Amino acid sequence: MARVPKVLLRGLLGLAVTPGAVTLDVLEGAGQDVGRSCILVSIGGKNIMLDCGMHMGFNDDRRFPDFSYITQQGRLTEFLDCVIISHFHLDHCGALPYMSEMVGYDGPIYMTHPTKAICPILLEDFRKITVDKKGETNFFTSQMIKDCMKKVVPLNLHQTVQVDDELEIKAYYAGHVLGAAMVQIKVGSESVVYTGDYNMTPDRHLGAAWIDKCRPDILISESTYATTIRDSKRCRERDFLKKVHETVERGGKVLIPVFALGRAQELCILLETFWERMNMKAPIYFSTGLTEKANHYYKLFITWTNQKIRKTFVQRNMFEFKHIKAFDRSYADNPGPMVVFATPGMLHAGQSLQIFKKWAGNEKNMIIMPGYCVQGTIGHKILNGQKKLEMENRQTLEVKLQVEYMSFSAHADAKGIMQLIRMAEPRNMLLVHGEAKKMEFLKDKIEQEFTINCFMPANGETTTVITNPSVPVDISLNLLKREMALGGPLPDPKKPRTMHGTLIMKDNSLRLVTPEQALKELGLNEHQLRFTCRVQLQDPHSDPDTLSRIYTHLKSVLKGYTIQHLPDGTVMVESIVIKVSSSAEEPNTKVLLLSWSYQDEDLGSFLSTLLKKGLPSGLSSM
Amino acid sequence: MKLYCLSGHPTLPCNVLKFKSTTIMLDCGLDTTSVLQFLPLPLVHSPRLSKLPGWVSKDGTINLEKELKECAGRVFVDSQPEFCLPEKELLDLSTIDVILISNYHCMMALPYITEHTGFTGTVYATEPTLQIGRLLMEELVNFMERVPKAQSATCWKYKEIQRLLPGPLKDAVEVSTWKRCYSMQDVNSALSKVQLVGYSQKVELFGAVQVTPLSSGYSLGSSNWIIQSHYEKVSYVSGSSLLTTHPQPMDQSSLKNSDVLILTGLTQMPTANPDGMLGDFCSNLAMTIRAGGNVLVPCYSSGVIYDLLECLYQFIENANLGSTPFYFISPVANSSLEFSQIFAEWLCHNKQSKVYLPEPPFPHAELIQTNKLKHYPSIHGDFSSEFRQPCVVFTGHPSLRFGDVVHFMELWGKSSLNTIIFTEPDFSYLDALAPYQPLAMKCVYCPIDTRLNFHQVSKLLKEVQPLHVVCPEQYTQPPPAQSHRSDLMLELQPPPMPYRRCSVLGLPFRRRWERIQLLPEVGPVATHLSDISILLSLVHHSAVLKNQPPIVQVLPLKKMRGSAVFFLSLPSQHGITEVKVEETTDGHILHLQAEDTLIQLEEDGTHIVCDDNEPLRTALRDLVLRFLMKL
Repeated sequence: MARVPKVLLRGLLGLAVTPGAVTLDVLEGAGQDVGRSCILVSIGGKNIMLDCGMHMGFNDDRRFPDFSYITQQGRLTEFLDCVIISHFHLDHCGALPYMSEMVGYDGPIYMTHPTKAICPILLEDFRKITVDKKGETNFFTSQMIKDCMKKVVPLNLHQTVQVDDELEIKAYYAGHVLGAAMVQIKVGSESVVYTGDYNMTPDRHLGAAWIDKCRPDILISESTYATTIRDSKRCRERDFLKKVHETVERGGKVLIPVFALGRAQELCILLETFWERMNMKAPIYFSTGLTEKANHYYKLFITWTNQKIRKTFVQRNMFEFKHIKAFDRSYADNPGPMVVFATPGMLHAGQSLQIFKKWAGNEKNMIIMPGYCVQGTIGHKILNGQKKLEMENRQTLEVKLQVEYMSFSAHADAKGIMQLIRMAEPRNMLLVHGEAKKMEFLKDKIEQEFTINCFMPANGETTTVITNPSVPVDISLNLLKREMALGGPLPDPKKPRTMHGTLIMKDNSLRLVTPEQALKELGLNEHQLRFTCRVQLQDPHSDPDTLSRIYTHLKSVLKGYTIQHLPDGTVMVESIVIKVSSSAEEPNTKVLLLSWSYQDEDLGSFLSTLLKKGLPSGLSSM
Repeated sequence: MKLYCLSGHPTLPCNVLKFKSTTIMLDCGLDTTSVLQFLPLPLVHSPRLSKLPGWVSKDGTINLEKELKECAGRVFVDSQPEFCLPEKELLDLSTIDVILISNYHCMMALPYITEHTGFTGTVYATEPTLQIGRLLMEELVNFMERVPKAQSATCWKYKEIQRLLPGPLKDAVEVSTWKRCYSMQDVNSALSKVQLVGYSQKVELFGAVQVTPLSSGYSLGSSNWIIQSHYEKVSYVSGSSLLTTHPQPMDQSSLKNSDVLILTGLTQMPTANPDGMLGDFCSNLAMTIRAGGNVLVPCYSSGVIYDLLECLYQFIENANLGSTPFYFISPVANSSLEFSQIFAEWLCHNKQSKVYLPEPPFPHAELIQTNKLKHYPSIHGDFSSEFRQPCVVFTGHPSLRFGDVVHFMELWGKSSLNTIIFTEPDFSYLDALAPYQPLAMKCVYCPIDTRLNFHQVSKLLKEVQPLHVVCPEQYTQPPPAQSHRSDLMLELQPPPMPYRRCSVLGLPFRRRWERIQLLPEVGPVATHLSDISILLSLVHHSAVLKNQPPIVQVLPLKKMRGSAVFFLSLPSQHGITEVKVEETTDGHILHLQAEDTLIQLEEDGTHIVCDDNEPLRTALRDLVLRFLMKL
C-alpha cells in the first residue's frame, strides 16, 4: 500500500503558556503528488482526517491510502475524532468506504449536502467499473457505500459545528465543483484551514472561493496549478470553441472525456450558448444515464452555483439544455460530425474509453482533455504524445486523432493561491496536492511576499508547526471600571493603555482582579509600610502660618496634584499628611512631620527633599 | 443592559437590545392589521364600492364623506391602505449597529427602519429568509402600485376628529405613525444591507458580542438568536414551532443556560389544533367542489401554503378531485414555488433525503407537472382565458384589502355555493369580511398557526431554564375573550417581565467578568499569584494582555518572626551602632538611638519614623521589603 499523507497539528493542553505546536502527517497522495488526498491533522490533542481519496492511476492496493500509518491494530475509530471530506471527486473521497467499512471507522464524517448527495453515486459508479467490469475483488460493496454514508453528518456553509466540547469546524465556499468546501478546524485558539480543491475566479456556473480573515495557524492549500498563471479564461474558452467548431465543420467527431459532475456542466453551458448563437446543427451528446440526474442535482442545489445563475433560475434554469441530448452506445458509429461528452474524465475505463478506441484511428476526429490526468491513465499517456497504446489482451491501438489539452479544471492558480493567503492571513502555509518542482517555486514566492513559513511535506512525512496560542484570562469588571474611571472618559479603542491588576491562577483558570480582591480571595493581609519623616525648618512665623505658607508653596510647585489644607491643622498632598510643630524654646525652628505609605513612596521622598530646602521668602501666610 | 420595545404586536415584534455598547435590533415586524380599517382596493372598477355613502357625523358637524365610507354599518377609510410602523421616537434609529431577523414575516418593516433614517448598520438573516422576504415585499409593493390611489386620507387621523368617529376606527392605535407602503427602490436598498448567515454560525460583532442564529422550526430559514458574550447569554425566541412540517426542526438545546430569554411569536390561535384545522380545510374544500361551488383561500404566497399543497397532493386522489383545477395567483407565485425547492439545507430530514435522490423536496412540483396546479402572476393575462370553474384559488392578500383576492370576493361573494376558507391567523376573519357584507358565500375559519402554544412553551422553558423571561404583556394574562382560561398564559417563577409598545426594560444582569487573551510573550506564569501591569489593547477586535512592565504595589507579609533579631545585626556600613529593642503586644519597637529613629514592627504593618536622612530611610525601607512578599 502506498503511504497516506498526514498532517499532525499538536497543540498544547491545559494552561501552560509555552508555545504549542501543530503536527501534520501527510498520509497518501496529498503530499507532492496530485493523485489523491488524505491528510491527518493533530491539533490541541484532536486527530482529524482531511479527505480520504483514491489514486486513479493504480489498480492495486496502492490506490488506497496506507491507514496502517495511523494504527497497526485494526479500527481507526479511537484514533480519529472526525473525518472531513472537501468535495465529491474520487481523489478526495474514493477511499471513504474502504476506510470506514473495511479498515473500520464509526465516528462522524462531515461533508456538505451536495457532496453527501453526489458522492455515493460516484462511488457506486466507480465500484461498478472496477468490480463488475474488471472483475476485481477485494473492493468495497454497494452495501458498504450505503453503510458508510450513514455515518455522514451534513455540513452547511459557515455553520459552526461543535464536534465535541473543544473541537469545532466550519465550512467555507470553495467553488471548484458543486458543494466543494474549505474547512476551518479549531481547538481553543489554535486553528487550521484546509482548502481541498478551490478556484478563486467565478466561472459559468460556480462562484469564487471565499474565506474571512480567520488567521489560522496553518493554511493547507492545494497547489495543482502552483506555477501556472493561467491565461485569461476567455482566451481558453474561445480556443476550445474554435477547435470544436473546426472539427465539426470538417465532419469530424469530438470526444470530451469528463466526470459526470463538475467541469461537464461548465462545458455544457459553454457549448449550449455557442450552438445557440451560431445556430449549429451537429448533435451534442452526453453519455451515461448519470447526466440527467446530474443536471437535476444542479437544479436542486442551485444555491451553490454562482450569483448569476441563482438570480435568474426562476426565469431560466441554466441546467435545462436544449441542444444536448442523451447518448446511446450505437450513436458512436453514426456517420457525420458530433460532439460527445463521455465519462470518466481520465480515459481509464468506461464509456469514454470505449468511444476513444472507436475514434482513435481517424485523424479527422479530435479528443479534448479538459482536466488533469493522473499518471498511469490512458489520458495521461496520450497527453504525453504516446502514439501507440498497449491495450488489454496485448493489442495495440494507434492514436491518429488530434489530442488537445485544455485546462478547464477549476483549481486556483498561483495568483489565486496568493489571493487566498491574503484573505485568510495564515501564520504558516502548507502546500499539498501538487508537483514537487512547481511547489518549490510557489513556496519561495510565498515566503518572500508574506514572510511566513511555507512547508511542502512529501507523502508519509510529518510536519510539525509551532503555534503560539494565547491564554484566555478573565478580567474582573470592577478592575476594568476602576481603571476606566481613573483614565477619565471613554478610552480610545485604538490606543493601548496600561492598567494594573493581579493575576490569580486557580482551578485551572486565570483571572485578573484588583489587588485588594486578590488578597481577600487568598486570605492574605496587606502589610502597611509607613514612613514618618521629621524635617527641620527655620521659619519665623506661628505654626498655623507656617502651615499655610507650606500649603501655598506646594500649591505653586505641584501642579495637577490634590492638595488640601484641612481644619485639623494638617496639609494633605494626595494621601501624604504634613504637620507642623515647634518647641517653646525655639519657636522659629519648626519640625515638619511628613507621613506616607509605601504606595506613595516617590511623592513622599520628593516632598521631604523639597521641604528640607526651606520655604521661599515672600510667601504670604494666607 | 436595556431592552427598548418598539412594537406592541406579540407576533410581529421589534425590540432593541443594548448589550455591551452594541445596539441590536431584534426583528422588524410590520403590524398590517391596520389595513382592516381601509376599503379594499379592487383590481377592476367596482360599482358597489364606488357607490358607498360617505360618512358625516350624526349632528352633521363633521363631514368626512371624501375620506370615510360606510358599508354595512361600519366606517372605512377610502385611501391607500396604511401600516402601523414600529415606534421611531423611542431611540435614535441611526445608532442601531445590527438588525437580526428571525423569519420572513418579521422583516416587513425593514425598509422603514433602514431607509431615510440614517441607519448605517448591517442586517443579518438566513438565505431563505432574505429570498422569501424579498418575494413578500415585492408582492406587497406590487399589490399597492398596481391600483394606485391618488387620495391620501389624513383628516380622520386628527386626535380631535378620531375621538368622535364610530368604532373600531375610534379605537385604532398610533394612527399618527401609520404609513403608506414603501417603494421597490426602498426594498432593494434595504435588502442590500442584509448579510447572509447560516444556522449555528457564530457572528462576531465588534469583538464584544457574538450572535448565532438557531433553527426555530417555524418556516424556511426561520431562526431564533443567541446573543452572548463570554459570560452573559440572551436568547431571543421568535416564531418557533415543534410541529413536523417542512422546515428543519427547532434547535432547543442551544437555548440552555440563558440569563435572559426574550419570548415572542407564540401561536395566535392557542385553542386551534393545526392538524384538526387542516382536516376541516380539506373536507370543506371537497364539499364545496362536489356541490359545484368554488373555493377561495386567501393566503400569503409562502409558508403554510406549501403544507396546504402537500396535504392536497395526498387528498386530491382519495377525494376524487383529480380533475378540479387549483390556481395559485400572485405576482410571486412562480418564484415562491421555485424557491421552495432549492433550500434543501433548511428543510426537515425527510425532505432533505428526497433531494439526495435527486427529487424535488415538495410534491407541488408534481402537481405543476401534471397540470393539477397552475400558477399565474395575476388575474389578468393568461389566467382569464384558461380559468375553469368550479376551482380552488389560492391568492393574497389574507387581509382581503388588496391583491387579486379582492376580485374573487366581488366575483364569488354573491353565491352561497362558493366558500371562502381562512387559513392565515393574522387577521380576524369577521373584520376582513366586513366591507363585503352582505355576503352570500360560505365562510369557514380554519386558522393554521404552527407556532408554539402555551403548553409547549412552558415545557420548553422548563427544559432550557432561563434565569429570567421577558415577553409581551399579552402573554402574562389569558386572552380577553377567554379570561377564565388561565392555561392560556405564561406562569413562571420568577414571573416573566412583561413589555408593551414603548416600554424600556432594564434587564437583570450582573456582569462581573470579561474575557481577554494573555499573549504568550508575557511568559510562563510561575506562581499561583502574580502582580502585573498590563497593556490593554484591542488587537483584531479582542482585548489582549501584553508586556509586563515593573511592578510595585501591595505587600503581604511573610512571617515577621525573627526579623527583629535580624535588625539587631544591621549592617554597620550605615554607621548604626546602638539598637534598643522593646517588646510590645503586637511585635517589636526598634530604637536606633544615635539616629533618633524608630522602627515599629507589627504583623500587619511597619512604621519607620526618622529624620530627613534619605540614605538611611531608603536603606531601612529596602531592608523591610526583603522580608515582605511581593504580590
